[in-house]
Amino acid sequence: MSAPGPAAFCLRLLRRQLVLAVRRPIEIGNPLLFFAMVVALFPLGLGPAPDQLAGFAPGILWIIALLSNLLTSDAVFRSDFDDGSLEQLLLSPQPLYLSVLAYIGAHWLITGLLLALVSPVFALMLNLPGEAIGSLVASLLLGTGVLSLLGCIGAALTVGLKRGGMLISLLILPLYMPVLIFGSAAVQAAVNGSPAGPYLALLGAMLSLAIALAPLAIAAGLRISVDA
Amino acid sequence: MWSFFHKLGSPPWLYGISGSILRWLLPLTLLALVTGLVWGLLFTAPDFRQGNSYRIIYIHVPAAVVALAGYYVMAIAGAINLIWKMKMADVAMKAAAPIGAALTFIALLTGAIWGKPTWGTWWVWDARITSMLILLFLYLGVVALYEAYDNKEAAGKACAVLSLVGTVNIPIIYKSVDWWYSLHQPASIKFTGESSIDPSMLYPLLLMITAFYALFTCCLLMNMRAELLQREARTNWVRKLALAGGRG
Repeated sequence: MSAPGPAAFCLRLLRRQLVLAVRRPIEIGNPLLFFAMVVALFPLGLGPAPDQLAGFAPGILWIIALLSNLLTSDAVFRSDFDDGSLEQLLLSPQPLYLSVLAYIGAHWLITGLLLALVSPVFALMLNLPGEAIGSLVASLLLGTGVLSLLGCIGAALTVGLKRGGMLISLLILPLYMPVLIFGSAAVQAAVNGSPAGPYLALLGAMLSLAIALAPLAIAAGLRISVDA
Repeated sequence: MWSFFHKLGSPPWLYGISGSILRWLLPLTLLALVTGLVWGLLFTAPDFRQGNSYRIIYIHVPAAVVALAGYYVMAIAGAINLIWKMKMADVAMKAAAPIGAALTFIALLTGAIWGKPTWGTWWVWDARITSMLILLFLYLGVVALYEAYDNKEAAGKACAVLSLVGTVNIPIIYKSVDWWYSLHQPASIKFTGESSIDPSMLYPLLLMITAFYALFTCCLLMNMRAELLQREARTNWVRKLALAGGRG
């Protein structure tokens, strides 16, 4: 069998990651359950007054999306690092940039995309006005892509460490903050009736920049972690 | 030129040259700091609106400016380590992180103290202040990542990657006062065009900024020397140095 071309290899890797995830549905379900449970915490902590919740809803939904992304990104490379297949990937002649994109793509499909798709349900539970739901989904679709890319930088740098879990949040949360600012601002703008377009455009610009640059940092991080 | 470049890779040479730089730079720095402080705190006119409370500017602004510049020093040193695998750049990067974190902390602390009498609050979640807080987290992240690795060579490279990724945030911090509506005033000192600060207050401030740059350099060199001694503890030149009583 001849070696597949870079694009075919990248797609196969993506399929492999998705198959692995589908075989363990709880891994896909966990972030969604986490999302639902943390949403339930806010009315308990802040009080159930509908207008008050509606005011906080953009920020609440975005912070939960960010946290569930953070919690799942830790595991992206871990099992492949432990069983040695990551090392094989680094040794293979395939461009690491594309392979890394396949990992991130799979992570985004099973966390970010799903979260964005179910977020309208939680938005209604938090009394977010109906006209803001479109920009909530759009901002989450774009923003979670950036979050996945940034989270994987942290995952790549800490995958070789025994106690990476707490450290990754310290490394990655400062980088998440700009995404949070523009993501929740987009939803807030839609709530106030002003156009969310500029914020979504900024998120799109961040996503393009992150797709171009983050895989380089992730590839470098993986090489460092495997060499160490 | 090239011999200089090669010498930079030699720990004993770097230890020696940094010692002789420190011998004149350290007294000069202390002199500039004391002069700037006395000039700024005692011999400038009080601000007509803020009274004497504005005098904290002579600590706040220099610390903030050098904290931001220090991040570039750390990131560039990290890049040099990644690209040319230069060990001394790794030493410089590791030495810069805690100093930068300390300066950022000083900037935030003096800002809070200054904010209380002038804005009526210790803290606001304003663009410039929040982004400086992010800078503190970026510095602390580098320190924490370095400590987490047992293999120090890998630690240096991982921190270099992290600090390079973090440089994306630095222009945002610089520009935060112009891009967002903010309680924090925009920069008063401009290289092009008229500064919005009176010369009698500007000159001591410029002296203090220069002094803080020099202070950063001194701390960096001293941290690097300590790190060099620790790393090279088993080599002959350190043993000779220790037997000679630390002179060198």
